[in-house]
Amino acid sequence: MDRTGISVAFTVGLYGAAFGAAAVTAGFSILQSCLLSILLFSGASQFAVVGIMGAGGSALSAIATATLLGFRNALYGLQMAPILKVTGLNRLLAAQITIDESTAVSTLQDNEADRKRGFYVTGVGVYVFWNLFTFLGALGASAIGNPSVWGLDAAVPAAFCGLVWPRLKNKLQFIVCGLAIALALLLTPLTPAGVPIITTVLLAVIFGWKK
Amino acid sequence: MTPIWIAVIGASVTAFLNKYVGHSVPERWLNKPRFMRINTLVPIVLLSALVAVQSFADKKELVIDQRAAGVAVALVLLKYKAPFPIVVIGAAITSAAIYNWF
Repeated sequence: MDRTGISVAFTVGLYGAAFGAAAVTAGFSILQSCLLSILLFSGASQFAVVGIMGAGGSALSAIATATLLGFRNALYGLQMAPILKVTGLNRLLAAQITIDESTAVSTLQDNEADRKRGFYVTGVGVYVFWNLFTFLGALGASAIGNPSVWGLDAAVPAAFCGLVWPRLKNKLQFIVCGLAIALALLLTPLTPAGVPIITTVLLAVIFGWKK
Repeated sequence: MTPIWIAVIGASVTAFLNKYVGHSVPERWLNKPRFMRINTLVPIVLLSALVAVQSFADKKELVIDQRAAGVAVALVLLKYKAPFPIVVIGAAITSAAIYNWF
């Protein structure tokens, strides 16, 4: 189980390099890129912040989009609380590493002690690798002048594709994905940057409302 | 403070609140079926919209350029279950080749 946790952590760390490069490409400094990984520490939300700011969106739309994307971490917290039973400072630390991967590895274990250990090994492991690789990716990208020359302009949406793909499990989800793409492109020429993205939440509400 | 700094700090604060709230509130507050269904769809719509905008938008204009080709290659690689680094590198190489040679 430790091996699962560590190998998950290492693989996810490689996304960190893509994130660091994306952040610098979007106009973030190396410090700002690294702070997002240290403080925000939730991949999809981080990519959203740099994607929206890089496209010229407002800070408010970047924060709102990242917050909505991060809400699933609250649900992971609900799942983890009865397993970890932490209070005070330990709860603050456990909360910070409550993400997709730590929750997933933990819930795969079949006894209480392993679930606890799986959460911490994976959470801390991802934190270390994610931050290390963010720095390396940011450093690498800042050495590159024009991002298009190295294909970084396509690497960023490709990284997003890698985040969406595993979530598409049924027909409804594919349809909603297609509608979100259409709505975002339709709104792009009409609204300020960032608005086309956050507006698609309406589709999630409409299609999630009824069973 | 620049907009980027506001985004970095603001999004970090709300991200932590999201995580901490989950550990601290009673389960029945959040565990509602309708809410769960909407919440499953939220990352799908937001991330799909981000893919679309980052692939086809140039400021407020829609364009088809080397990025679209790179993303198309990424989708093919994902379909064939390629690991993440291969997907990203495949997209980057495709996009760079078109940008530099055409």
